[in-house]
Amino acid sequence: MAATFQLEIVTPTKLLVKEDAEEVQLPGLDGYLGILPGHAPLITELGVGSISYKTGSGTHTLAVAWGFAEALPDKLTVLAEAAERPEDIDTARAEKAKRRAEERLQSSNPEVDYSRAEDALQRAESRLTIAKVTIAKDDR
Amino acid sequence: MPNVLDIRRRIRSVVNTRQITKAMKTVSAAKLRRAQEGAMAARPYSQMLANVLKSLMSRADTFDPDTGRPRHPLLAERPENNILLLVVTGDKGLAGAFNTNILKLVSKFIQSKPNANIDIESIGRKARDFMRRRYPLALLNTDDRGDQNVSIAGVGNAGVDNNERNDERNDERNGARNRAQDERSPAEERSSAERKGRVQIVAEHVGVLGKVEYSFPASIANRIVDRYMHEEIDAVYILFNEFKSVIAQRLVAERILPVKEIGEVDIHMAEEATEDEKRQRGEAAKAAGLNMRQADTSEIDNAASKFGTESVDYIYEQPPEQLFRNILPKYITTQIFHALLESVAAEHAARMTAMDSATSNASDMIESLTLVMNRARQAKITKEIIEIVSGAAAQ
Repeated sequence: MAATFQLEIVTPTKLLVKEDAEEVQLPGLDGYLGILPGHAPLITELGVGSISYKTGSGTHTLAVAWGFAEALPDKLTVLAEAAERPEDIDTARAEKAKRRAEERLQSSNPEVDYSRAEDALQRAESRLTIAKVTIAKDDR
Repeated sequence: MPNVLDIRRRIRSVVNTRQITKAMKTVSAAKLRRAQEGAMAARPYSQMLANVLKSLMSRADTFDPDTGRPRHPLLAERPENNILLLVVTGDKGLAGAFNTNILKLVSKFIQSKPNANIDIESIGRKARDFMRRRYPLALLNTDDRGDQNVSIAGVGNAGVDNNERNDERNDERNGARNRAQDERSPAEERSSAERKGRVQIVAEHVGVLGKVEYSFPASIANRIVDRYMHEEIDAVYILFNEFKSVIAQRLVAERILPVKEIGEVDIHMAEEATEDEKRQRGEAAKAAGLNMRQADTSEIDNAASKFGTESVDYIYEQPPEQLFRNILPKYITTQIFHALLESVAAEHAARMTAMDSATSNASDMIESLTLVMNRARQAKITKEIIEIVSGAAAQ
């Protein structure tokens, strides 16, 4: 039995995950971080991407977008503005959001907020990737 | 002499009404339960957020050491010349005095600030209708960030239809706007816009309360933070029905900007429920088999309150100032989100109470009508007997 620490992933609407994890990878704002038990106290902002964590039952992946995380030696709490399990991702909707963001980026309308459109694009792409990876795994 | 048949017809109609009110009561009770759970589930996040902010506040230089003035614009207090007021009511009626009470408090609030310009943002159909009758419309260039691209919603994809609908509506609105102001940039438009009156409506949101998505308060928060930073508004209040439990409810006007103290609600006006209302609510809740007391949140709260408050030196991946700057607007969002969730729960509770008393009124009415009917029937029989007897006696 490997050493574990408590992992909590909280979104504005609910507590999504509360499990003992052996290892967690987070999309920090400045790049991915790996957290193992006994990590030094740390607070970081999160970017867009996937959180993957390893528990006794295997590795799980979640799509997250923004928020922040606090690591303590025996506990990791992630406050994510949005988090989703891969099986909950609606790929059709993500595709749609992606197309829309791309259109916005390409249009020359001065009212378009580029940074926001870019964020949206990034988010949609990340969700699609995560959804695809998981589906591929399930097929095998 | 009332006709027996007529009375019977009335009784039947009241019985039908009672059936409807009873069904509405049951539905409201179920919805209330769900709304309460939702509000509960949202607690850890907002609490943890507040904690992190608090601990960041002590670490980051949020105050200028020389002047003692806060560095972050959202903390700075200014004289309240321009106020933004968010009014939260329900979309539907038949909830007793729920909507009326809120709107009464709005009028009181506006009167209490006679020297300030007030922009109103109404949430809920009832608020919109009320405001439109009274105050001029000066819709801002509302750029609803939230529903533009909600790719990842906190709760999965249950709100797809809703978002898509919003998108369509938004597109239409954008289209119309683009046609109307081809030559003016939004910023120009904003600064040159003249006030339509001391009190004016700047935004309306209808049909968002059925299922409150986090993206909705996020879009409001983004906008008001933006306006606050540009000093277009000096304070933001939210007026809603606070809901702690079925019995513990009150109307409050809470100031959400500037942020006075993190984790503390800044209540400026409150109207407690009367004893009579409380009693009625209690009865309704009991009849619906709901837990009247405030649910036990101590476990969640305890766990949440530890977040980010350890007295250790954290490694900050980003400078604390930057973290603080990014998290503060989210704090505003959670506050609005909370207000919305509580208001929704309160609306269901109010409807449940109203329908409970309607049902018992109907029962009373049926009882007294039945009495009248029996009396009328008896009178009719007596009259017939007298007629027969006196007819027989006359022979």
